Amino acid sequence: MPDLLLELFSEEIPARMQAKAADDLRRMVTDKLVAEGLVYEGAKAFATPRRLALTVHGIPARQPDLKTERRGPKMGAPDAAVQGFLKATGLTSLDEAKIQRDPKGDFYIALIEKPGRDAIDVLAEILPVIIRTFPWPKSMRWGARSGKPGSLSWVRPLHTIIATFGPETEEPDVVKFSVDGIETGQTTYGHRFMAPDAISVRRFEDYEAKLKAAKVILDPQARKDIIFADAKELTFAQGFELVEDQVLLDEVSGLVEWPVVMMGSFEAEYLAIPEEVIRATIRNNQKCFVVKDSKTGKLTNKFVLTANIEAADGGKTIVAGNERVIRPRLSDAKFFYETDLKTKLEDRLPKFEHIVFHEKLGTQAARIKRIERLAAEIAPLVGADVAKATRAAHLAKADLLTEVVGEFPEVQGLMGKYYALAQDEDASVAAACEEHYKPQGPADRVPTDPVSVAVALADKLDTLVGFWAIDEKPTGSKDPYALRRAALGVIRLIAENALRLSLMKVAASALAGLSVKPADAQKLPSDLLAFFADRLKVQLREQGARHDLVDAVFALGGQDDLLMIVRRVEALGKFLETDDGKNLLAGIKRASNILGIEEKKDKRSFDGAPDAALYSLDEEKALAKAIGEVTAEASTAVAKEDFAAAMSAMAKLRPPVDAFFEKVRVNDDDAKVRENRLKLLNEIRSATRAVADFSKIQD
Amino acid sequence: MDASLPAHMRPERSFQGFILALQRFWAEQGCVILQPYDMEMGAGTFHPATTLRALGPKPWNAAYVQPSRRPKDGRYGENPNRMQHYYQFQVIMKPSPPNLQELYLKSLAAIGIDSAVHDIRFVEDDWESPTLGAWGLGWECWCDGMEVSQFTYFQQVAGVECAPVAGELTYGLERLAMYVQGVDRVYDLNFNGRDGDAKVTYGDVFLQAEREYSKHNFEVADTAMLFEQFKMAETACRKYLDAGWKDSKREAHLMALPAYDQCIKASHVFNLLDARGVISVTERQSYILRVRELAKACGEAWIHTEAGGAA
Repeated sequence: MPDLLLELFSEEIPARMQAKAADDLRRMVTDKLVAEGLVYEGAKAFATPRRLALTVHGIPARQPDLKTERRGPKMGAPDAAVQGFLKATGLTSLDEAKIQRDPKGDFYIALIEKPGRDAIDVLAEILPVIIRTFPWPKSMRWGARSGKPGSLSWVRPLHTIIATFGPETEEPDVVKFSVDGIETGQTTYGHRFMAPDAISVRRFEDYEAKLKAAKVILDPQARKDIIFADAKELTFAQGFELVEDQVLLDEVSGLVEWPVVMMGSFEAEYLAIPEEVIRATIRNNQKCFVVKDSKTGKLTNKFVLTANIEAADGGKTIVAGNERVIRPRLSDAKFFYETDLKTKLEDRLPKFEHIVFHEKLGTQAARIKRIERLAAEIAPLVGADVAKATRAAHLAKADLLTEVVGEFPEVQGLMGKYYALAQDEDASVAAACEEHYKPQGPADRVPTDPVSVAVALADKLDTLVGFWAIDEKPTGSKDPYALRRAALGVIRLIAENALRLSLMKVAASALAGLSVKPADAQKLPSDLLAFFADRLKVQLREQGARHDLVDAVFALGGQDDLLMIVRRVEALGKFLETDDGKNLLAGIKRASNILGIEEKKDKRSFDGAPDAALYSLDEEKALAKAIGEVTAEASTAVAKEDFAAAMSAMAKLRPPVDAFFEKVRVNDDDAKVRENRLKLLNEIRSATRAVADFSKIQD
Repeated sequence: MDASLPAHMRPERSFQGFILALQRFWAEQGCVILQPYDMEMGAGTFHPATTLRALGPKPWNAAYVQPSRRPKDGRYGENPNRMQHYYQFQVIMKPSPPNLQELYLKSLAAIGIDSAVHDIRFVEDDWESPTLGAWGLGWECWCDGMEVSQFTYFQQVAGVECAPVAGELTYGLERLAMYVQGVDRVYDLNFNGRDGDAKVTYGDVFLQAEREYSKHNFEVADTAMLFEQFKMAETACRKYLDAGWKDSKREAHLMALPAYDQCIKASHVFNLLDARGVISVTERQSYILRVRELAKACGEAWIHTEAGGAA
């Protein structure tokens, strides 16, 4: 069966867009083929800086024929109806129609055969539409045609399109179409500098091979492999080790069609700069890898660059040029670092008076004051020294005003730590300057030093409460202030450090420190708590744990101790994995269902203690006794925060509950007995509420 | 590169030879070679030959050197490559020709950058000028890891969609010349290509000015006057724009250029105020918006002028 080769050759496509573009191209073309009844065998897409390419193999040469039947008017129907039928079906006379008999009479049936079209014609129709509607994150117009409406938009100017279609054994055909004046053909071009001439191609196999001969590696993964292997080998050969960096590798492989890896060096004096700053300088500005000494594990004064050309002089000029660029960059970084060291962190703070954090939430200075106050308040709750926590909160944001952080925002916090240590701050205070931003995401480390924890919580809770107060909550996919991340950070800080604190109280205190007073201030802490519950559910779901249990615990009300909530959820989850747990849940649900129905019927609830005198069956008595014992035992366990023990207590309910449902008819003829039994069922429900509202648990 | 050039005119020997080589190259491509605009501005893009001529349907190919003033970038002549005054070489071609990238690479060859030994790359850079209400897509052009030019396909300028699109190239002349001459300090650039006593360096020409203007920009510039000048320029710009409409139908405009001069003025005055540190972060945004509003109004006026393509 025939194959399709498509290439869209353009000016340089941004590296960060290439992978998704290749994927979009494959998806859009194959989806459309399938929708047209052309089921293909396989497809693969590729991207280089200058081209998107797609091969789809095993496409049927023709669409299948479509046969449909269409029912027309009854025999003897008025002429207008007959004419309408003929017109709609394309029949010339009723002689061409079949007659179908059915209980309502005899009807004309038209058999319509829609022959399948040649796949190449279908392609000529769908490909231009895909090109015109391609989802680039940003696209542009260019050239003379851009003066007219409806001109093509592409990521950068598009120059040529290859579209060929045909079976392996034959000369393929060009899928003929044109987009904004670009006619499809079989011509592409090789490497911009090393093989710029036109290349004529027939199908994917010779396309890929000819490109390779013309110094273009089509497959991004192959380019990555080359860069990675060559960089490792080059550094290893000199006794060094490459500092691996997947994100940089992805980017660099999107900047070259023919990767040539080389190593350069810089003056050793620059190694006095913090390693992270050297790395940021070399990586961000120059897209080069840094290198470490394999013995000491420390950075060495080497870097690895990836050129796009095998230079005539073996790369000497290129290496020298890159060194010339990196040198002043590092010299700047060193200058920034040394300049920064001359100013104490606290001396930078007055500038924050003039920097607005958020229009409605005041200046950074005001924010720092709030965080200090909150950190001091939280400190005793997390075992941190109050003075140290206050000091850390005081200094933690100061590095935002340093030259190095101004140049490399990604080292914020880290520089704060270096500068704090340089001015002989306490080690915990210095650590908090860096760690109070943590955890930044689900994979990031959670700080454990109590001072860091106190400041991290204060920072995040001030942010959350502040944006809640001005009603800037995340909606849908929009979360410009990263509030979801902040909330998850709070949850992880508390759960992983086993901290006990009342979120409602802390939130209320944070709120009191704000200068804005929201209209519904009372509701705010509980609103925020609901947001935490949501975040907790998301986190549990992502961990593959049950998230419906969060609702069951929150439904108890008055729960704002995150650690206890997490513990309850964990204990509950474990319990529900046991047979006792599953059966008890079933029993409780059954009790709840019956109660629900009867409460509705009688339009009343069955609260209140059952009357022991009305028990007639052993199973009733046994259940009542068990409820009494389990309630007491579970409450004691919950009071000791031993949720596993509370669950074990609950497990004891299972046999009497099972026996009750087996032997006892709840809706007894005697109304009094019935009421008493319903009250007993209600007791099961309340007994289990010591740990969670079981009725909120999904099956 | 032209082999017949005398040694002191060769682009790798002299800064002026370097500029002349670029001018000559682009003249060969049919560009009109303009002289710098006679007003202070932050970038070559502000020149009306780019900002206004990028608008409207008429073809336009031009190249020129534009002194660029960035008051905040002054370093009292002590930084090897940061200055409050430097040169940009600007090329604008409307509509953007299909081979603009090739032309650019040839221009590099004309100033001594051989693509057989240098690693030349087009690295994504989306250009945006909030003050000009302009944006475009293109690249930073890298030579051996150094950014040597900006390459932009203008999509919108002064709030007006470009139809057709113009291609814009901006060369940072000092940086490129430093690379080609192999010097690490801008003030060491050989300006006239001569040796010995006859040699004039970039420092001979500009170092004194860098020191003086740095002092002026950061310490002394009269802020009260500048605040006043900003307001005056803004008011004048509006006034000229209003007065420029041919009649009440507002279909033809006769005075977009003088109005736009006031927009350039306002922008530079703002940059000076910013360097003096008297504009707060929140105010900063509103000043940028005010300049943008002027730029947009000028763009709107320009497309109603004869040169701007109004019928």
